[in-house]
Amino acid sequence: MSLILDHVNYVYGEDTALAVHALKDVNLVIPDGQFIGLIGHTGSGKSTLVQHLNGLIRPTGGTIYYNGEDIHDKEYDRKKLRSKVGLVFQYPEHQLFEIDVFKDVCFGPKNLGLSQKEVELRAYAALKQVGLEDDYFYQSPFDLSGGQKRRVAIAGVLAMKPDILILDEPTAGLDPKGRDEILDQIAKLKEETGITVILVSHSMEDVAKYVERIIVMNRGSVLFDDTPREVFGHYKELEQVGLAAPQVTYIMQALKKKGMPVDTSVTTIREAEQEILRVLGGKD
Amino acid sequence: MGIIKTDKLTFEYIRRDEEGNVEGITRAVDEVDMDIRQGDFIAILGHNGSGKSTLAKHINAILYPTEGTVWVDGMDTQDEAHLWDIRQEAGMVFQNPDNQIIGQVVEEDVGFGPENMGVPTKEIWERVEESLKAVGMYEFRKHSPNKLSGGQKQRVSIAGVIAMHPKCIILDEPTAMLDPNGRKEVVRAVRALNDVEGITVVLITHYMEEIIHADMVFVMDGGHVAMEGTPREIFSRVDELKELRLDVPQVTLLAYELRKKGVNLPEGILTIEEFTEALSRV
Amino acid sequence: MIRDITLGQYYQADSVIHKLDPRVKLVATIGFIISLFVVDSWIGYVVAALFLACMIKLSKVPFRYMVKGMKAIVFILMITVVFNLFLTPGEPLVTFWKLTITREGLRIAVMMAVRLSFLIVGSSLMTLTTTPNSLTDGMEKLMGPLKHVKVPVHEVSMMMSIALRFIPILLEETDKIMKAQIARGADFESGNLIKKAKAMVPLLVPLFISAFRRANDLAMAMEARCYRGGEHRTKMKPLCYHAADRAAYGVLLLYFAGCVAIRICL
Repeated sequence: MSLILDHVNYVYGEDTALAVHALKDVNLVIPDGQFIGLIGHTGSGKSTLVQHLNGLIRPTGGTIYYNGEDIHDKEYDRKKLRSKVGLVFQYPEHQLFEIDVFKDVCFGPKNLGLSQKEVELRAYAALKQVGLEDDYFYQSPFDLSGGQKRRVAIAGVLAMKPDILILDEPTAGLDPKGRDEILDQIAKLKEETGITVILVSHSMEDVAKYVERIIVMNRGSVLFDDTPREVFGHYKELEQVGLAAPQVTYIMQALKKKGMPVDTSVTTIREAEQEILRVLGGKD
Repeated sequence: MGIIKTDKLTFEYIRRDEEGNVEGITRAVDEVDMDIRQGDFIAILGHNGSGKSTLAKHINAILYPTEGTVWVDGMDTQDEAHLWDIRQEAGMVFQNPDNQIIGQVVEEDVGFGPENMGVPTKEIWERVEESLKAVGMYEFRKHSPNKLSGGQKQRVSIAGVIAMHPKCIILDEPTAMLDPNGRKEVVRAVRALNDVEGITVVLITHYMEEIIHADMVFVMDGGHVAMEGTPREIFSRVDELKELRLDVPQVTLLAYELRKKGVNLPEGILTIEEFTEALSRV
Repeated sequence: MIRDITLGQYYQADSVIHKLDPRVKLVATIGFIISLFVVDSWIGYVVAALFLACMIKLSKVPFRYMVKGMKAIVFILMITVVFNLFLTPGEPLVTFWKLTITREGLRIAVMMAVRLSFLIVGSSLMTLTTTPNSLTDGMEKLMGPLKHVKVPVHEVSMMMSIALRFIPILLEETDKIMKAQIARGADFESGNLIKKAKAMVPLLVPLFISAFRRANDLAMAMEARCYRGGEHRTKMKPLCYHAADRAAYGVLLLYFAGCVAIRICL
């Protein structure tokens, strides 16, 4: 069970003067159950890439396999693929349209042609998974707060029971607490269901805190594809392409420069704290 | 009295249900007192729904207080005779870069404010040029705003405000919809305005990195000012900030955690240099 | 996709046409449209085509770019052609099943197609070379006298300029919401007309909500920038005719006279 991208290329507006090579020879394997961070500055091709994963965009070259099958094969059921590879767009609350929250979440499973009972069961389960309380189920989605709306929108995709959940900047515009709440909820969901999660993010701090693998996109190509430690070790290259490592990386680098023998590969506050305490302890 | 002063500023709105019956009254801003000096860089922090945007809209006379008073440069915002003077002196930049650009060409958008004010044509051109240069967007003057990045669009919006020659500029979460590079661009432009042109800046945000250079920080919660002080003072109260749904930069948090573990570091560390400096003395 | 509609979007270039006074372009566009109905001979259309081709050449807007914009109206064009082709009475040319194509029908269909496409290319040439702001400035000035009979000229032109500015933004948004709903299993393509119409609800509701939100934001932003209608307003780019504009009027007059002459003589 996996998603494989084999020499995927995508050119916008092919055969026009304004052709843009948005993806260049992308090769990726996305196995089951990974928590992946996808980073890259605006226009690096990451949005185009995620839209390939559920068949919204057809590559102009190369092949995408889901569970060994070419998703652009004539016979292939792409509607089913979209239920298996759930994509939550940026600002997903803008797609809400039903008169109440519950109905909106039912939209996805209903499109899959399931029985009414199954649809409602799934909608209920999905709303629980995003941590929305029952009180809100029959309210208009437009009366909720920004963070709640976003949860409803994520539930709308979860209700299709995807094996892979892709979230395009799920925390954009939220305040720090709202951001942590959503990401914690996603981490918990991942823990409990073993679903594959691909988190598209601009925040290196968030990515470092949650994911086990980072894919860095630059100008349509995969620049790095490794563990956070390894990727942030290349912080100078990241800067060259308009990105940066988490602030912790810079702190550790600065300490090392000052002559403190710290391990500079730590990526989170907790690790940094322990590392500094270890070095300080050793000195005493 | 400073350039902006509020006295027990309160704003309430009536919530109605679908039939239009009154459901209740929400107090979005609750007895806020502020006195902002000319030339200062002020940051207003707060989680979503804390009342910070509602407060900001009072300074530009878009909203009027239910109770209390707001003065801009000595003028009461409820005094209709001064409405246009207030809107000219206190310029405002909003969150969504797409929804505040009126012109289809960058320079025309920047000229929109001066046109409304009745500035003579020749002077409009001078103002547009100087404003676009101040935010580093002069070379894009003939471009369509739709082709610009989020950070560039916000800089155009800022130029549109500067062209009105305001004494202060209020930015209501100008970076919330931008990527990290866009955020840096905008903050850099705003700081330059404050440093070089001496324009009073009121920056509303929930990104803590953006307020490190502020002269004064207000933290809003439930419509009132929950904390007030210099960035260093604010950042030394990590637990309180967390309770207000806010965050601190990683370096501040790391120093705070180490302090809790008994490492002898000062409170409210803001930058990596300060941190390494302090730690090397331990 | 939807974003390909270039109709009405300003195309930046440094050309003679771009620099003309918007009033000239407005009058010329109206003149050109009238001329299409004045001439009704093939020679007349050749003249109109030549005139249009010259203008496109002068405007430096790539022809390909204009054709791309035409795609959006192919459907309307087809309907017009089909209706005229089959529903015009006259001398039958071809008959199959219950449908008859007449000589007159063929003539009218081709003529309508030519007229319509010229009309659209002609007017999109105006919007491609004129920023909405100056376009509405031109309209405001041209219709200025109507102010005295209480027509809100300034307001109307401001509304048009804003609508034009938001077209590309809303198109992009449509594209995005459509994709988001497709990702939730929505199907906008299959089914009969009723099913298709029903499938539009998940697209239209969010789109309307977004449009209202944007309108709200924009109104606030305009007020914050001291907008208070047309009173006391000065212009950054006030309109005044230059030599090139007068020359352009001359060219237009010549063209129009030519068209009338063709009509009368042929």
